[in-house]
Amino acid sequence: MSRTPVVELEGVAYAYPDGHQALFGVDLRIFRGERVAVLGPNGAGKTTLALHLNGIVMPGAGVVRIDGLPVESHTLLEVRRRVGLVFQDPDDQLFMPTVRDDVAFGPANLGLRGEELEMCVADALAAVGMSEYADRPPHHLSFGQRRRVAVATVLAMRPSILVLDEPSSNLDPASRRELAEILRSLDVTLLMVTHDLPYALELCERAVILDEGTIVADGPTAELLADADLLAKHRLELPYGFSVVSPARHENPASRHPQPGSL
Amino acid sequence: MGAVHAHRLYVHGHSVVHRLPAECKLVALVGFVFTVVATPRTAFAGFGCYAVLLFALIKLAQIPAGFALRRVVVEAPVVVFAVLLPFVAHGPQTEVLGVGVSEPGLLAAWNILAKATLGVLAAIVFAATTEQRDFLVGLQRLRVPSLLIQIVAFMVRYLDVITDQLGRMRVARESRGFTPKGVRAWPALAKSGGALFLRSYERGERVHLAMLSRGYNGTMPVLSARSASLTDWTCALLLPGLAVLVALGGWLL
Repeated sequence: MSRTPVVELEGVAYAYPDGHQALFGVDLRIFRGERVAVLGPNGAGKTTLALHLNGIVMPGAGVVRIDGLPVESHTLLEVRRRVGLVFQDPDDQLFMPTVRDDVAFGPANLGLRGEELEMCVADALAAVGMSEYADRPPHHLSFGQRRRVAVATVLAMRPSILVLDEPSSNLDPASRRELAEILRSLDVTLLMVTHDLPYALELCERAVILDEGTIVADGPTAELLADADLLAKHRLELPYGFSVVSPARHENPASRHPQPGSL
Repeated sequence: MGAVHAHRLYVHGHSVVHRLPAECKLVALVGFVFTVVATPRTAFAGFGCYAVLLFALIKLAQIPAGFALRRVVVEAPVVVFAVLLPFVAHGPQTEVLGVGVSEPGLLAAWNILAKATLGVLAAIVFAATTEQRDFLVGLQRLRVPSLLIQIVAFMVRYLDVITDQLGRMRVARESRGFTPKGVRAWPALAKSGGALFLRSYERGERVHLAMLSRGYNGTMPVLSARSASLTDWTCALLLPGLAVLVALGGWLL
């Protein structure tokens, strides 16, 4: 394939300074427009993998490339513009006095000023439906609203890829649905790190399973989630009452959606 | 600024004082406090004039007088110290309500009490009419070192988060039958404090990572707001200006 992948990982391995090895040679390529879920149990190395994508963590071995650009100390600012990382706890991400200032933080670091900056902030807030909250301090928003603003803070940097760490955690069903609608409406390549399997199925056509620091499966999300043995082997489970029928075995597209079981 | 929720010391309003840029108010506040402190303590009429000035300002800023007076409670520790002074100080004795007290001590107590109360009242007016963000902008405009402003900004932002966390830890302790009574409760309280410190420290690290992820390189972007005009400065400096006149009167008369 001649296209340059948005994200390319080649043999990425990483051990924390305390000696705990989190990744053992990860290979992954994500192309423009794809939506990919990285599935795995707690402690599989999902978050560590996400932190590699924008050079917060540098691989002990292997290479990370973003749009063909290797992640190195002199490319960091460009890489961080291209990779929008949304952290799990919005309180970690939102640290400025008002929502507007927070969304402006990233683009301002990239050198945007004045009207251009304001336009950029307004567009990002509109994309997540939070325009009317621009002047609020972030700690007075609901959790779901804070997560949406967190998405806006990285959208404002016009990234090539949006990386979300556990986007559905701590959200009530309505906020969860609203966030899914927003994410679907964005025209951006998406990587989502999660163990929320129905959410992955809802949003991502492709999934990879990460376990014990390596990628153990890569394929259409519905196919992976239909393979009960594969899931069980890697401590992944669909919630009670859900089952996914693989489109490969049944040529009925409707069956790709989770079926509520007979309770 | 259209923020619906503001900090607890803030009184929502649209008065002249509210509209003044924070840097003007901050300079006026500091100027006023220094002038009050520099006034000779025996210039009793002068302190009366300051009080009149402040109450006129409170009226102008449309702050309920009761709100301002209740907030004066923060100076309680100073009051306790000041009240003790006439009893412990040396020097010629005098009688107040039949109790023998030291005359210089009495004067010293008056000095502390009057100046502290005026200073606190002025600070309350500042806090009640200035939003947090505007305060930070004001500090920035006054060329306060950016590192100090960042520390203040983060403290303001995360104080509520940490207070909430402390509250949740207290509820969790008490849900398991813990009643904080006596010395035996101290180890548990100390450990909670330690846990809170560690959590805050870890949060600090995560916040730093989130900042790096968005291209942070050590300097915060300049917060924008309306800049101060000559009229703003004139309005704001009216208070310390009048105070200086009063102080000069105190020195000369």
